[in-house]
Parts: sequence; structure tokens; C-alpha cells
Amino acid sequence: MPDIAIPNRDMIFKTLADPTRRAIFEGLCRKGDQTVAVLTARAGISQPGVSKHLAVLKQAGLVSDRHHGRQTHYSAQLGALAPLIDWTNQMRTFWEGRFDDLEDLLDRMDQ
Amino acid sequence: MSETSTATRTVIVEREIAHPPEKIWRALTQPHLISEWLMKNDFSPVVGHRFNLRGEWGGVLDCEVLVVEPQTTLSYTWNFKHDDPAFDLNSVVTFSLSPTTTGTRLRMEQAGFRPDQRQAYGGAKAGWPEHLAKLEQVLTGTE
Repeated sequence: MPDIAIPNRDMIFKTLADPTRRAIFEGLCRKGDQTVAVLTARAGISQPGVSKHLAVLKQAGLVSDRHHGRQTHYSAQLGALAPLIDWTNQMRTFWEGRFDDLEDLLDRMDQ
Repeated sequence: MSETSTATRTVIVEREIAHPPEKIWRALTQPHLISEWLMKNDFSPVVGHRFNLRGEWGGVLDCEVLVVEPQTTLSYTWNFKHDDPAFDLNSVVTFSLSPTTTGTRLRMEQAGFRPDQRQAYGGAKAGWPEHLAKLEQVLTGTE
């Protein structure tokens, strides 16, 4: 696994602000490795347009490419989203739920 | 181009609970009670004791007791081994109990999260579609 620098939040937001580019990125996240031809068929814009969006995504570190024969395959670099994932909120939600269960238990316990 | 922080982060949850410290301490330290509010376990309130927490999601957390100050402080490691560094977790959970006029202030501090941490409590249950849905919400909110 190559060590790709994680972009900061602002760059991620700017890169993903374009709805077409975001749709391309989401497609790669959900469906994995894709060729430009497959992405073009789904995107509803021209192949040069798709390639341009992929170049921006690659520059931001959100996708990587590999060449296989005459085709280029793209895949999402999910780790690059790390700065956006609000893990602290998930963890706080987990613990708040545990504290709820704890209070329920305490209410049921004999003194 | 990127700013990479290596400092670890902490999650803190604090709550006023209308029960005395000694009662809460029992719930924090007796295995059958811990199973009711936290997870199945083989806990024992002895410094150095190694135990597991077993989540409903099938995951197992590896823990070791670090601090036992009855009715005041309980601390243990909370680790989840995973091949993907983003899911691998080495953290410390500390419970602090402070008496109040109406009961106890209970504080939970979990320290050791890295900036690239994912699925912080070790559960791989939530997948990427959920994260993407959240991303969509965030981006929609900013456009």
C-alpha cells in the first residue's frame, strides 16, 4: 500500500464540491476498480470530461490509477477521507449509549 | 500540500448520575453488571489483570487493568487489533467518580485516537455506504 499524503479538509471539500466529480468518486467507492470507459458510460458527460475530473481527484489523493494493457483503471483511496470522518462523534455516541444503559442498570439495582 | 498531525485525540463523556459512587463502582467493576451496560467480559478489578470485552458485532477488545482506586478511578487499556492500520486501535479508558450533592459525576475519558482512526470502538459493522451518506450530508450542508 503506497503511503499517500492525506489532503487537508479544505482540499477535500473543494475537490468534492463538483457534483459530477463527486458522483465519479462515489462510484469508485461503491463499485471498486473502474476503467475510464465504464465511468464515462455512467457519468453522463464526455470521456475527456471524465478524465479531467479523474485528474483532479488523483491530484487530491482521492483516487489512484494503474495501467493494464491499454486501459487505465482507477480506484478510490478511502484513507484520504480520514480528515472528514467524524469518528469522535461516533465514539461519543457509543459512550452516551453505554451511560444510558448504565443508568438503567443502576435504577434496577438494589441499593 | 497536507498537514499530518501525529498527536492523539481523546473522547470525553461526562454525566451527573443520581446514584452514590459506591453503587456506580459496583456497576463498573462486577463482571455480570458490566455485561449489562457495556459488554460481555472477564473483568476483575486487579491492576495488571488482562481481560476481553466482547461486542455484539463479534469483535473482541483486548484490555488490561491499569488503575484501581475504589469508588474514585478505574482505568484500563482498550485495544482492537486489525490488519488495516486505520482500524487498529490502542487506547486507554479512564472512569473518574466524583461525589455530588445529588449523586455522582461520572466522567469517561478514552485517549489514544489517531487522526486517521476509523471505527474507533473496533466495530467494522458500519460500512462505507454509511460514511458516504454522512459525507453527502456534510457536503450538501456546505453548498
